Amino acid sequence: MAALVFDRVTKTFPHRPGQRLLRERIRELLRPSRGQFEALKNVSFEVQPGESFGIVGANGAGKSTLLNLATGLARPDSGSITVGGRVAALLELGAGFHPDLTGAENLRINAAMSGLSRRETAARFEEIVEFSGIREFIHEPLRTYSAGMSMRLAFSVAVHTDSEILIIDEVIGVGDEAFYEKCLEKIRSFQRAGKTILLASHALDQMKELCQRALWLDHGRVMRIGPVAEVVQDYHRGAAALAGGA
Amino acid sequence: MTKASGKWRGDFLFLLENLVLKDFRIRYRNMSLGILWSLVNPLVMMGVLTFIFRRVFGGQNSPVFPVFVLCGLVPYNFFAGAMLSGATSIVDSAGLIKRVPVPREVVPIASVLSNCIHLMIQLALLIGFAMAFQLPPARPWLWLPVIWFLYILFICGLVLGASAINVFVRDTRYVVESFNLVLFWLVPIFYSFTIIPAKYIPVYRFNPVAALVMAMRDILIDRHPPAITIVANMTIAAAVSLALGLMIFERLKTRFYEHI
Repeated sequence: MAALVFDRVTKTFPHRPGQRLLRERIRELLRPSRGQFEALKNVSFEVQPGESFGIVGANGAGKSTLLNLATGLARPDSGSITVGGRVAALLELGAGFHPDLTGAENLRINAAMSGLSRRETAARFEEIVEFSGIREFIHEPLRTYSAGMSMRLAFSVAVHTDSEILIIDEVIGVGDEAFYEKCLEKIRSFQRAGKTILLASHALDQMKELCQRALWLDHGRVMRIGPVAEVVQDYHRGAAALAGGA
Repeated sequence: MTKASGKWRGDFLFLLENLVLKDFRIRYRNMSLGILWSLVNPLVMMGVLTFIFRRVFGGQNSPVFPVFVLCGLVPYNFFAGAMLSGATSIVDSAGLIKRVPVPREVVPIASVLSNCIHLMIQLALLIGFAMAFQLPPARPWLWLPVIWFLYILFICGLVLGASAINVFVRDTRYVVESFNLVLFWLVPIFYSFTIIPAKYIPVYRFNPVAALVMAMRDILIDRHPPAITIVANMTIAAAVSLALGLMIFERLKTRFYEHI
């Protein structure tokens, strides 16, 4: 069974200006506007277990929508999405982090949100702190952390959540050289452990290095699916052609 | 065909506990007096109401009037506070809703429960006052956990519904505020149930907030178990509110992501 299947998935967002206030609601009832924005159109692909799959595309092409659907944050309008395993999303690292809480407190909240139980969190606490490399500051409030330090903490929690599928959205570029290497090494160890990885990034060299296959998304449509080198090359050409034409 | 994906398979209670603790820590770490602030509001209100109804209006000679007022204030404060923070909880947690696939129900429920910490402090104050006014613990006190449990379930139901509706109609917050204001007068906080004219009694009888106030006075001041009709009303109110709240929440939650 595939780790992740998108079958003719379409996702639209309501195209409504203004605030969600009562008067807008009444206006809508009187004059329904059917304006909608199609973020994904009829997208189909399959990711095999143990595969690392890249997603490329310009800003607004629908990459994040695709990842959010895979994570289960939103539902498709039509089509179906099948996920075979626990998904950990590095979508936006540190979602739910609060500056007034200490690193350790934020770590626990993040672990609970990622689906770890009390026992799992306690068992992995040391390991997570160790990986983050910020042990001396773990009981300091997060607002005293640098952006890189929060990142390290968030990444450490995310990679210790035991998921079969790891979703990474443009995040491993943050942090210093040493931590970046550590993250890449961790991702490679996931690959060796047979885990599935879904990676969206503009860092195409990194993608070529980490992924086997890739998908090129443009204005919500699949332009191409295939071996990563070819897809990235096509995407480059497509982007160049657009830039030249404009 | 549409199919849900990426089921969150975590520990709901552990997550709930963490979210409640988070709320609590954030709230009290930013206050120099910490939990003492939870005591200030009921104490001031109790003082003012006692002064008004003993000295200004006069006629209020009950020796236990401060306890009487607190029996009304504590349930009312909890209702007003939980409704206000609960109704906006989903929208306030937009970062969480848009980024983490946790079960959405956990957000409004955590919001109600973090108000419970506030409540515990106020209940301790009330119990302290009861003892100071020669109303020591007695057997009927065993009813306290029962009626408060029903009351919290009732509020959870309301908050689930209100927080989901607030995503689509952001004015919900102002409706809740106005409702709280009206409720202050429609709950017998500073007057007794016995002075209510017969024709208005149904307004109070079917109001679960008023029911709890009356039950609290039955237990703490009159020192007997709450009337069985009150407990029955509260049970029905809890069941209906929870069922409706969950139904509304279930229907609306799939579209939170697009509308937040």
